[in-house]
Amino acid sequence: MSMDNLAHSNEHHTHDEHHHEEHHHEESFVSKYIFSMDHKTISRQFLITAVIMAVFAMLMSVLFRLQLAWPGEKFAIINALLGDKWGKDGILDPEMYMALVTIHGTIMVFMVLTGGLSGTFSNLLIPYQIGARDMASGFLNMLSYWFFFLSSIIMLSSFFIETGPASGGWTVYPPLSALPQAMDGSKLGMTFWLISMTFFIVSSLLGGLNYIVTILNLRTKGMSMTRLPLTIWAFLITAILGVLSFPVLLSAALLLIFDRSFGTSFYLSDIYIGGQALEQTGGSPILYQHLFWFLGHPEVYIIILPALGITSEIISVNSRKPIFGYRAMIGSLMAIGFLSFIVWGHHMFITGMNPFLGSVFVFTTLLIAIPSAVKAFNYITTLWKGNIRFTPAMLFAIGLVSTFISGGLTGIILADSTLDIQVHDTYFVVAHFHIVMGVSAILGMLAGVYHWFPKMFLRHMNKKLGYVHFWLTFISAYGVFFPMHFLGLAGVPRRYYTNSAFPMFDNLVELNVLITCFALLGAFAQIIFLFNFFYSMFRGPKSVQNPWNANTLEWTTPMAHTHGNWPGALPVVHRWPYDYSKPGKERDFVPQTIPLAEGEEDGGGH
Amino acid sequence: MIKFLVYVAIILTVLAIGYLVRVFELASALKGKKQEEVTDGDNRFMSKVMLTYLVVFFSFVIWVLWEFGPKLLPESASEHGIFLDKLFDFNMAIIWIVFVLTHTLLFYFSYKYYGRKNNTATYLPHNNTLEMIWTVIPAIVLAIIVIYGIKSWNKITADADPKTTIIEIYAKQFDWTARYAGKDNVLGASNYKLITSTNDLGMDTTSKEGFDDIIVKNEFHIPVNKEVEFKFRSRDVIHSAYFPHFRAQMNCVPGMTTMFHFTPIITTAEMRKKPKVVELMRGINQIRADRGDKPEEFNYILLCNKICGKSHFNMQMTIVVDTQEDYEKWLATKKPFLSKALIGSETPVIKTKEQLTEKK
Repeated sequence: MSMDNLAHSNEHHTHDEHHHEEHHHEESFVSKYIFSMDHKTISRQFLITAVIMAVFAMLMSVLFRLQLAWPGEKFAIINALLGDKWGKDGILDPEMYMALVTIHGTIMVFMVLTGGLSGTFSNLLIPYQIGARDMASGFLNMLSYWFFFLSSIIMLSSFFIETGPASGGWTVYPPLSALPQAMDGSKLGMTFWLISMTFFIVSSLLGGLNYIVTILNLRTKGMSMTRLPLTIWAFLITAILGVLSFPVLLSAALLLIFDRSFGTSFYLSDIYIGGQALEQTGGSPILYQHLFWFLGHPEVYIIILPALGITSEIISVNSRKPIFGYRAMIGSLMAIGFLSFIVWGHHMFITGMNPFLGSVFVFTTLLIAIPSAVKAFNYITTLWKGNIRFTPAMLFAIGLVSTFISGGLTGIILADSTLDIQVHDTYFVVAHFHIVMGVSAILGMLAGVYHWFPKMFLRHMNKKLGYVHFWLTFISAYGVFFPMHFLGLAGVPRRYYTNSAFPMFDNLVELNVLITCFALLGAFAQIIFLFNFFYSMFRGPKSVQNPWNANTLEWTTPMAHTHGNWPGALPVVHRWPYDYSKPGKERDFVPQTIPLAEGEEDGGGH
Repeated sequence: MIKFLVYVAIILTVLAIGYLVRVFELASALKGKKQEEVTDGDNRFMSKVMLTYLVVFFSFVIWVLWEFGPKLLPESASEHGIFLDKLFDFNMAIIWIVFVLTHTLLFYFSYKYYGRKNNTATYLPHNNTLEMIWTVIPAIVLAIIVIYGIKSWNKITADADPKTTIIEIYAKQFDWTARYAGKDNVLGASNYKLITSTNDLGMDTTSKEGFDDIIVKNEFHIPVNKEVEFKFRSRDVIHSAYFPHFRAQMNCVPGMTTMFHFTPIITTAEMRKKPKVVELMRGINQIRADRGDKPEEFNYILLCNKICGKSHFNMQMTIVVDTQEDYEKWLATKKPFLSKALIGSETPVIKTKEQLTEKK
């Protein structure tokens, strides 16, 4: 029915010239569900791929957590999954441990929290919330997904090669990653990693350019930039960060490919390995770190900003209150985005970088705390005197505010070069970034899934299972990562296969057992989610058009996956998206499509 | 057979859950209520869980501090470590205050303002005064943190006294080697192309400065209360020389030399007598005894803190801080690496300075 509604509507010549003929013919299964150019389908493809990748990454973390808590113990599951080669007698092989850590990190950072998070929600919400028929280029959008898919497949397939996947840590610092003699993971596995990342970067650029162009050009009538929901602002800044920084990662990867395969020495100098002095001289491994972190730091904001945008929207809708300080929220997004480009050196305080440069990076890094603090306080104030409706999405959003604060606070320690000397590369860092970007972004993503599930799949997820899922996830996240700071403060380095080689760490075994128990609980909680997610997709109760009584435009579309989103004319926007509980209004929400009453002031325009 | 039974059990469990959900669905459909709708009851219940969580979370935090706080590193064994620890405590105090404050507000507001049907939220889009307050206050606090931090950083990274004892720490997969600059306090030249099985560091046998260089493995000694300057090099991949007890760390990067200097202030023997260390070791040896391992004495350790390959987790060297006397005694027992017998017998030997300088 969707096609017909749209095909002959008069209006659609006015706002969306990009959108012509394709409605006139019936779509085949392939063009509708596989090589689809519809933003809604692409968004669902991204989400489901990311969920599957997240399951793999989580499973990997379970395996290495077992090893860390009970080193030398035999686990049938390790043997069952990794075979005799890497899990002989159920004991994890040290190189496989490194590989699991590496691929867990890579999948979570890139496939799940960049591709999955931005890909899902930018695709779903940008056209919906700005009032567009689709993305500026449906074709590039489709390519973006398929490059992402290809990249995911290549990354996973590296488990099936003889020498195993890349295992030099997700940052793959050369020379370790450049020299096949250095470890098995730097052989074919590393090549797979680089190819996979190259496709991922292509996907990310295609997506990002599309998001930017769509947001800037395809906003419906009345949708000024200061009437955009904060989700869209977050996606816009995220996309800009990605477009500016991912090419730098590509160049870093390219030089690494040259060093690995063509005998160049961009990153190599004076190396004696495997009983042989290498010819390469004059390069610098530090160059790679500069290039990598020039992407790497914006990357963590690429991960967290969409989650913050989603949270802004969900907290406002469910507090039944306008988001506090809308303009300050936009300003802080921009400030964070800008600053994220001039802080990369804080990953390199102790690489031998000039100490003066270090102090510059201390200053710029700590500056980020200011816009972040503004965001945190604004969230809390949005809750104040609200009329809070605890949907599962709202719980996840509140959880995000909590982890964003506690993870951000430990960043103050790490940003301080003096203190970084002591905690650099220890579990303190692992705890910090998992809370502030890992857990926060995952909570944000799950919040988004619960909140927009009715839009994506026209059905509701089960609320009670959602509650259980949230509390188990939230408790286990803190249970894993709060005590982990103490490992770091006790001087335990990250990426150690076992801590048993050092008597000084013997009394921390219990701590590792505690962490692993919470990790297992967390993994179990995700099974509940997976069940709820897939079950509700087909059997969940049908949703109504605007289940959360929200103001934004996506809830004005019919409960069907109409190609072109609105069957008739595109909606016209008259107000900002946060008119919740506005005095003098009949209901506690005023959708953006309702014209301003006489003498009424638009909230966003202050 | 057991495997089969396990699979059957898993399948049955999944089916059972499926049926339970179905029954639950039908039951709520019969009652005519929409299970997806969030009721006032849900809100009230969740708000209470929020408050409970706040209490449980803070209790957990306190328990972890109580239980694991005493198991952290003992007091700093280096001079700069003392003010590093002070800076840490200062930053931590601020962090705790903000953490407790924001979390109390976040969960208390979630508890207090739970939704009720006949209630309306307060329309409050923004407030310039409030926003100014929480922009300016963090800015001031951060300015203090930045200034305090950078001051400490400059102090730590300032150039070492030229007369400071120089020790080279040489990293490779997967061990450490220490080289003492000897009487002239100058390290002899070395070249990675000269590395052989007997000349691990690739020392240039024609470099006079290197004739008195002493090379040790497994354990190295440093004198107390005297500044030591470490020069770090790596043979293969990036390693990181981490001295947790001295609050010191520096990466070892192939192709370049990095530096870090510090002054140890507590000898190994003194440290072993500190009450906190005695307590720590008692706990550790208790655990080791239960496992059947032999007891250990406290030692300062140098470990690798940058992923470097398969045995990254076991790349260690013991550091012994001695009194000046003991240090000199220990050093006197060590012979220079390039003893007469070795000079000339090493192959390949680069004879001329020119050939050597070609490298850089």
